[in-house]
Amino acid sequence: MSDEVKVHTQDRMLDEVNIRILKLTQDGISFTHSPFTHIAEELGISEEEIVDRIRHMQEHGFIRRFGASIGHRVVGITANAMCTWNVPDERVEEVGAVMAGFDEVTHCYERPRYPDWPYNLFTMVHSYTRDDCEEVARQISIATGISDYRLLYSEREFKKTGVRL
Amino acid sequence: MIQLDAIDKNILNMIQLDFPMEVHPFEELSDRLDISEKELLQRLERLNHEGALRRIGPIINTKKTGGISTLVAIKVPDSKINEIAKRINEHPEVSHNYLRHADYNIWFTLSAPSREHLDHIINTLKNETGYPVIDLPTIRLFKIGVKFNVR
Repeated sequence: MSDEVKVHTQDRMLDEVNIRILKLTQDGISFTHSPFTHIAEELGISEEEIVDRIRHMQEHGFIRRFGASIGHRVVGITANAMCTWNVPDERVEEVGAVMAGFDEVTHCYERPRYPDWPYNLFTMVHSYTRDDCEEVARQISIATGISDYRLLYSEREFKKTGVRL
Repeated sequence: MIQLDAIDKNILNMIQLDFPMEVHPFEELSDRLDISEKELLQRLERLNHEGALRRIGPIINTKKTGGISTLVAIKVPDSKINEIAKRINEHPEVSHNYLRHADYNIWFTLSAPSREHLDHIINTLKNETGYPVIDLPTIRLFKIGVKFNVR
């Protein structure tokens, strides 16, 4: 995306330098002894300051983490099920917490229902096989008592990119 | 599928959540793994080249950077799937887009600076295609911690 994309924030934490650090690292740092040297030179600040600023952005939640994105399909984690659950509204808080506690659940969200879409809790389950995913869903169902659910597998990936500035 | 030995698996599991934020991060990592930095860098290059490691960088929190995102599903006849998926992908705001077998069969995520911006894209797709669309923004977030356990 272009550099003109405005980052709307009232928070001074995400100043121009921090935005440039994110833009310069979002495609990945180099696998070298000093991966921040180039960025430091480009921004005219020290490598230490870059590291401090990234830590700071992590602590304040501007970045969820700084780390590796895995090609999970390449390593064999090819089954990816979106499990959708029809959870009574008054149980969402409690059930969501239980679902989030499963290691195989990478994402867990409450989303709105529609007349032709009654499922209001969404969990992403990643594992090696569809059988694994089904077993995880079964365990979640047992742990929560929610029996109205569906597993939607990704049959094809049309696009996948990280969120970019 | 890539062949991974125990050290590769260790590396992949370690660098997702516990990447050391330091001026020389790979030196610190190689100490933890008890291998030389040179060996670690070579392994990372291979893992990256083969696609097991996509990148090491920031996972940006759209909420905090002022952005907003949603999940959208659209109900498309089988014969139109490719055409509509392509049209959806043309929007740079689309970060993920998958075919899933259900009534609603194309599922994609949108990220943009504002709710109005999201509405504009969703309404454009609705009007251009005429297919039913459901907009599923997050109401409550219970977990977002993508860490894959490589075994």
